[in-house]
Amino acid sequence: MRLFWNITLGGVSEGLIFASVALGLVLIFRATNIINFAQGAMAMLTTFIAFSVLGKGVGYWPAFVVALACGLVLGGVVQLVLIRPVQNKPPLNAVIVTFGLLILLEGLAGAIWGNSNRGFPAAFSQSGLVVGHTSIAFSHFDVFIVVAVLALVVLVALLFRFTTLGLRMRAAAFAPEAARLLGVRVSWLLTLGWSFAAVAGALAGLLVAPTSVFSPTFMDLILVYAFTAAVIGGLDSPLGAVIGGLVTGLALAYVGGYLGGALEPIGALVMLIVVLMIRPEGLFARPTARRV
Amino acid sequence: MSDASTDSLVLSDIGVTFGGLTALDGVSLSAGSGEIVGVIGPNGAGKTTLFNVICGFIRPDSGTISYRGQAMGRHQPHVLAKLGIARTLQGVGLVPGLNVVENVMLGAQGKTRSGFASAVFGLPRSSREEMRLRAQALELLGELEIAEHAWKMPTALPYGVQKRVSLARALIADPTLLLLDEPASGLSSDDMAELGQLLRRLRDRMGVLLVEHHMDLVMSTCDRIVVLNFGRVIASGDPDVVRADPEVTRAYLGEEVRTAEGGPGA
Repeated sequence: MRLFWNITLGGVSEGLIFASVALGLVLIFRATNIINFAQGAMAMLTTFIAFSVLGKGVGYWPAFVVALACGLVLGGVVQLVLIRPVQNKPPLNAVIVTFGLLILLEGLAGAIWGNSNRGFPAAFSQSGLVVGHTSIAFSHFDVFIVVAVLALVVLVALLFRFTTLGLRMRAAAFAPEAARLLGVRVSWLLTLGWSFAAVAGALAGLLVAPTSVFSPTFMDLILVYAFTAAVIGGLDSPLGAVIGGLVTGLALAYVGGYLGGALEPIGALVMLIVVLMIRPEGLFARPTARRV
Repeated sequence: MSDASTDSLVLSDIGVTFGGLTALDGVSLSAGSGEIVGVIGPNGAGKTTLFNVICGFIRPDSGTISYRGQAMGRHQPHVLAKLGIARTLQGVGLVPGLNVVENVMLGAQGKTRSGFASAVFGLPRSSREEMRLRAQALELLGELEIAEHAWKMPTALPYGVQKRVSLARALIADPTLLLLDEPASGLSSDDMAELGQLLRRLRDRMGVLLVEHHMDLVMSTCDRIVVLNFGRVIASGDPDVVRADPEVTRAYLGEEVRTAEGGPGA
């Protein structure tokens, strides 16, 4: 039974990491109908920037803030420079562009920082908390993961529900033409959407890096899991992304914990196929037809 | 008629051709504040083309448009909101994923700030603004007697209610001029009577330009009427003058007798 609870706790913190990457994918998809395959690579880049800042000896939290700020800028710049020119072209063009960006960023990071595996520091201790007299598989850092991702989710929810900016972003996503006619500056909101998505990604990068080997490709597998999470959640529901992340995290933790860690990626692909076969619109998509 | 008063929308000598077809030919009209101006004409007279020219969807081949003495030039559709001109969108145009209140709030774009930096750093203000707009939207929905639908999704509502939501969305911008394209289409006669009363009340706050083929509504609500036929203005003036104009009678009654209730809904 203790094994079960330990696996479950591990699954929750991992699932929330998937959720934050999935949230980025969803923010972009619902606004622009594009799957951003570079979401992981962009997070990798901002995490490497934080790594360099840390190397200057400024301490963890300034580096943390720098990574999020770089995410904000990177997301906006990517949208303005690379995505806007292909926005009104066939959707495959944008997909190819994000793939190209993925390869470009990973190559760039390899050229600057090298392809070797490194370690990335955690904000808090990664040794298990002690409950009663036993150590459980949940550390201070896992608590931080839970708090950070939930804070992000709550902020996004508040933004969308309770601000005029969020209202405009939703309108721009649901009905860009009508929104534009009402005077909404749709193209700026799309840029902003990419910025917010990249901040969510940057956060994920900082949370993943301490728990895995840290190299230019460290976010690749996370992106696959996050994509699974986003599809389970319906690709355009932020709430769905979070629940999809938790479902994916837990499922993979059970697969890894009981059947062996090597099966985790296969487990994710099986989940993806099952969801796409049985309920391709995902669990939380709005009830409208949409080309995916 | 084409007096260039400073608080008016003034169209002068607008011409539009599609290929070899002349859709509008030398059309001039004005609509000022505190009056309801109706544009009528049989099907194919050029009413919708005229509306689209004012909205910026169609660039006229000749002629000029100005608002409050300021030339609008080759304006884009979204410029209207900034000028204080609101309109209902064709086919209602409500955003399906937003509820009724949110749809109405969306109409106030001209009054909210939307720059990139202010968006990122101005979230608290954005939230206060949201509360203020929400209150305003609810008030308008009450005024239009559809407050009970405030929290529903627009796609679930009857067409007449959707049209009112669309109207509320135009009104929340506090426009100085309201453009309405066929507001009566698809409405029951009760709804239409209420719409007429509502428009009369609005006249105190703004000018209204009404493009409509429903004769009854236009005759009973408009202060001035401009009649189009085959892309030309064939008559204009107050309802009685227009009603008595033989050319209008001919245009409407020409080959086929139309009943006073108007033709089939668009």
